[in-house]
Amino acid sequence: MPEPRVISFREALREAMVEEMERDPSIFLMGEEVGHYNGAYKVSEGMLARFGEARVIDTPIAETGFAGVGIGAAMIGLRPIIEFMTWNFSLTAIDQLINNAAKLRYMANGQFTLPIVFRGPGGAAHALAAQHSQALEALFAHVPGLKVVMPSTPADAKGLLKAAIRDDNPVCFIESEVMYALKGEVPAGEHVVPLGVAEVKRPGRDVTLVTWSRMTHTCLKVAEELARDGIEAEVLDLRTIRPLDVAAMVASVRRTHRCVVVQEGWPFAGVAAEVVALLARDAFDDLDAPPERVTNLDVPMPYARNLEELVLPSPARVIAAVRRVLGREETVGAPIPPARAQRGR
Amino acid sequence: MDATLLLDLYRQMCLSRRFEEAAAKAYSQGKVSGFLHLYIGQEAVAVGAISAAEPTDYIVATYREHAHYLARTGDARGAMAELYGRATGCSGGRGGSMHLFDARKRFFGGWAIVGGHVPIAAGVAFGSKYRGEPDVTLCFFGDGTANMGAFHEGLALAGLWKLPVVFICENNQYAMGTPLYRTLSVEDVAVRARGYPMEAEIVNGDDVLEMREATRHAISRARKDSLPFFLEAKTYRFRGHSVADPAKYRTREEVQKWMERDPIGVLAGRIRTLGIATDEQLNAVDDEAKAQVQDAVLFAEESPVPAPESVEDHVYA
Repeated sequence: MPEPRVISFREALREAMVEEMERDPSIFLMGEEVGHYNGAYKVSEGMLARFGEARVIDTPIAETGFAGVGIGAAMIGLRPIIEFMTWNFSLTAIDQLINNAAKLRYMANGQFTLPIVFRGPGGAAHALAAQHSQALEALFAHVPGLKVVMPSTPADAKGLLKAAIRDDNPVCFIESEVMYALKGEVPAGEHVVPLGVAEVKRPGRDVTLVTWSRMTHTCLKVAEELARDGIEAEVLDLRTIRPLDVAAMVASVRRTHRCVVVQEGWPFAGVAAEVVALLARDAFDDLDAPPERVTNLDVPMPYARNLEELVLPSPARVIAAVRRVLGREETVGAPIPPARAQRGR
Repeated sequence: MDATLLLDLYRQMCLSRRFEEAAAKAYSQGKVSGFLHLYIGQEAVAVGAISAAEPTDYIVATYREHAHYLARTGDARGAMAELYGRATGCSGGRGGSMHLFDARKRFFGGWAIVGGHVPIAAGVAFGSKYRGEPDVTLCFFGDGTANMGAFHEGLALAGLWKLPVVFICENNQYAMGTPLYRTLSVEDVAVRARGYPMEAEIVNGDDVLEMREATRHAISRARKDSLPFFLEAKTYRFRGHSVADPAKYRTREEVQKWMERDPIGVLAGRIRTLGIATDEQLNAVDDEAKAQVQDAVLFAEESPVPAPESVEDHVYA
């Protein structure tokens, strides 16, 4: 059994890449500032010194170009890790991800495998405004042919990234800038967390909080607060958005009979909507209340700190939703009615 | 001149021409669906270029790729069955005309978003270089690609990293229905490549031998010196952008003028002048191509459609 140590989320990611690259010379890391600059967020710090320029490759600002290069290299059996400085920038390469990476295997009738990982931070950080604060997992999870992985802890970050690198499919691995410094116990050496397996991060009998990535921590905080009121919330961390662990969601709701899905990102056609639809199909008779979603408000991210705080799911909004599904809320509706923001829906 | 080589190039061009004529006919009969982009008139480009490559060199092409597929694989059955949407097609009926693949023979598509495959081709070449393998990648695309960001990013990285890739622009003068002079700020696409930088050469794309020689030189530079190379083949498509396009944006005179330099006719003329074969012998070669296409059509028509239960196969490995 490997010895757990406390390291940061960013170190855990680096450890996964370093260990995998030591094991398999067909793996390389490519992206903006990954080498000489040691990573925009220092995830790849020291990797250039360790592996050299042939395997830790700085690119120009050309996401379409280097995402496509990664796909081409993967077509002949290499295993690229393509770092997007943030997932916001991946949108300039979306043709490569959606039209090419996701489609190749199917349209070539299984003649190719495409072992490639696209990774980088997604979601909001602090006051980065509309173009740098997007949680885009729903967009990529929408597309058959892509896998989408979103760890919440350093241990999962390492284990899931190792699994993603070993996977023979294109994987969108979405981290969170605000979690890079988060510390946690991480097993040294071989530690692989299989893709597509959710984990109960806190057991509870009264309500299930389905969540992932940084919102897992919001939910854990909320669960602690609820416990003081005698409400035992179960926090189910999906860890992988696609393939989705529907069985784990259903099993949890069968225990609690109530569900709140908590996500960063917009509500319309989001991952939470998919979770609720699947629960309506597979756990309808087990539900004692309509499931609730707590999401970003349906607006581009504003810059001002007070507005940004309003847009992101807060513990208060999660608690209010929990109280509603438990029938313990006196006032009707969310504390911040996003009526105007929902015009387009 | 190598008589065998000339006759083989002639055979390959006839095969492509007859294949596409049969495909257009099947399309008009409703047997082939989707988009069908014909290469008729441009055959010398693909046939000449691919004849210069080793079978281990990679080919990455566009949605107008029947000729390229046939030149690399010779597999008229697999291509026609693919157009028919049959399980025996080279992409199992999942790709269609625009997505022909043969991984084993290193025919890497069949890509149908303009420009998107240019970085991919650079990536295949990157992979060869990363592993220290001698293979070169040939990347075909049309003139309309020259304004796409992906084209420029692909060339920029190939130039920066000195990747062994030969970019082959098939300049048929029209980006769909719009003539190049209305969409391109320069006369020759080749000038754009020189800035990345890479050697660039303009080739008469209607002359299969010129195409072959230029590509041989480009491949040898790519292989020996690990440098990208850019070829711009000036050519012309005789048909519309796809079979749905009557091509009314061109005058009959213009089309006529280009048809007089039909690449197949040009090569036939040279073969006759050199005394390599008589008209009769050339007709026999063409008949052989027709027979191969006829066999492919029969094969496609008799092949089963993909099994319904296979519809979810191959989404993931």
